[in-house]
Amino acid sequence: MLEIQNLHATVGGTEILKGLTLSVPAGQVHAIMGPNGAGKSTLSYVLTGREGYEVTDGTVTLDGEDLLALEPDQRAAKGVFLSFQYPIEIPGVPGLTFLRTALNAQKKARGEDEVSAPEFLKRAREVAKSLKIDFDMLKRPLNVGFSGGEKKRMEIFQMAMLSPRFLILDETDSGLDIDALKVVADGVNALRSPDRSMLIITHYQRLLDYIKPDQVHVLAAGRIAASGGPELAHQLEAEGYDKYAA
Amino acid sequence: MSLSRALETGDLAELPSRRDEDWRWSDLRGLIRAIPPASPDASARGEGPFAAVCSETMLVINGGSARIHLAAGEKKTIALRLISRAEGTSHSADVAVTVAEGAELTLLESHESFGAGYITDVEMDITLGASAVLERVVVATEAADAIAVTLARVGIGAGSKFAQTTLAIGAKRQRIETRLAHPGAGAAVRLDGVYLVGEKRHTDLTSTVTHKGEGGTTDQLTKGAVAGQGRGVFQGRITVERGADKTDAKMGHHALILDDRGEVDSKPELLIFADDVACAHGNTVGQLDEQAIFYARQRGMTLAEARALLTEAFIGEVIDRIEHDGARDVARTWASEKLRGLT
Ligand SMILES: Nc1ncnc2c1ncn2[C@@H]1O[C@H](COP(=O)(O)OP(=O)(O)O)[C@@H](O)[C@H]1O
Ligand SMILES: [Mg+2]
Repeated sequence: MLEIQNLHATVGGTEILKGLTLSVPAGQVHAIMGPNGAGKSTLSYVLTGREGYEVTDGTVTLDGEDLLALEPDQRAAKGVFLSFQYPIEIPGVPGLTFLRTALNAQKKARGEDEVSAPEFLKRAREVAKSLKIDFDMLKRPLNVGFSGGEKKRMEIFQMAMLSPRFLILDETDSGLDIDALKVVADGVNALRSPDRSMLIITHYQRLLDYIKPDQVHVLAAGRIAASGGPELAHQLEAEGYDKYAA
Repeated sequence: MSLSRALETGDLAELPSRRDEDWRWSDLRGLIRAIPPASPDASARGEGPFAAVCSETMLVINGGSARIHLAAGEKKTIALRLISRAEGTSHSADVAVTVAEGAELTLLESHESFGAGYITDVEMDITLGASAVLERVVVATEAADAIAVTLARVGIGAGSKFAQTTLAIGAKRQRIETRLAHPGAGAAVRLDGVYLVGEKRHTDLTSTVTHKGEGGTTDQLTKGAVAGQGRGVFQGRITVERGADKTDAKMGHHALILDDRGEVDSKPELLIFADDVACAHGNTVGQLDEQAIFYARQRGMTLAEARALLTEAFIGEVIDRIEHDGARDVARTWASEKLRGLT
């Protein structure tokens, strides 16, 4: 599904990713763990095409297609979704309006029919219920005045509504209490399928108790410093990242 | 000195120029090299943007006159269509609106273009009696190469309510001006504007409100967005004369420059010569939040769609203040379409 080869990227002239290689096969869930400032969020922005994150070397392909050549919205239409570490507030735009505009833009880009308003609302109600989101919250301007946990839940709501193929979750667990964490994890697990892959970026192994990864990677100093099975997450929790320090 | 005088006399020296302080950003003398011939008689086309929300319509085509009068206590919604169906010619319209004591008028005004390269000039005199109510919503859609000037002189009575929302997309040169004499005396004024100006268009929303008596309110909010080499001009002046104590005046102008080539010129002025006056003003010119644009694009919106949606939300605050439900919907749809055509 996703193949990253020797990826180098700079932010504001500083090289942050320094030869990162990673492969996430279809149907698998991979976790990326690493100390603060290792470049985890940078990786998520490079994969989604954020301005200011310049790729200086290497390749990224999604099902063989050059991802780096695409605009952010084209990548989204191909099924790449990022749950932001810090979701953005969108004043004046109700969550439902925002999401329906996004969904229809994706459908248009793929040459599919737009979703009708009643159809969209019906699904939104179902998904909101499963994520224990008060439907009225979706009528409010997106993320404006929401708590950290509410914002994270809204990210998962959008993810479920857009049904992407390649999911990146950047520290989705931060700011969530244990009940919210379970709800979010259930939402993510419900999306697991043989034709979807996920990259779960996290600082703590706690989330990985609920979303079981196929593989765990350590990102330190801009590259993958170690890879292993789920047991690696527990080992990191016990030992910290000191031995991977640059 | 005015465009209407110049059209009437054929004398180019009557045109306002950049040496006139109030016209320095919207010079006409440098723009009009000769007074074009008068526009021919023409018939209306289409049914206007407000047809679905209003049953009574008045037409002014390629200039002419219109009189709207509401007798005391009357209540009406009237669409006024000012149509330019002209190619390279010029025309003037004069409109008189009187709303007698206690009467209520919703005036849904459209400036419509079915032509190109014309010059149009509209002068309006609006008079509200004591406790009269007028809501005026103006949707001005001129041709890109037209020159269009509208001036409304407004006089209002004690305890009356005058509310106005002007929506404009500009033209080669477009100016919509409102001059209002405020008696205080419990009268309330709302003076709003929205401009969405694309490539090579220019719009100028100018207003002067003069508070002459004690205890009046003025609440003004204008928001705009410019794209391409568009230019937006906002000039707002609220004067609170000596003795107009206990006036409450608010003025806000906020604009977005959607790409680096657009220009916004603004001159908000609050001139206060009275005591015990509550005044507030804000004036900002900025850009859309890059983070919000990336967030919207990550969810699948194209850059153009993301900009349109965020800009729509930005100006929505002004459109929400329109009181007439049907007109508010028309304005919202109109703005949404115009935004998506902005380049
Ligand atoms: N916009 C930016 N400009 C300059 N440096 C940045 C910017 N964003 C992140 N960085 C730097 O890049 C490094 C990696 O940051 P980030 O990817 O956010 O790390 P992580 O998500 O692993 O905590 C840090 O040293 C950070 O200071
Ligand atoms: Mg991070």
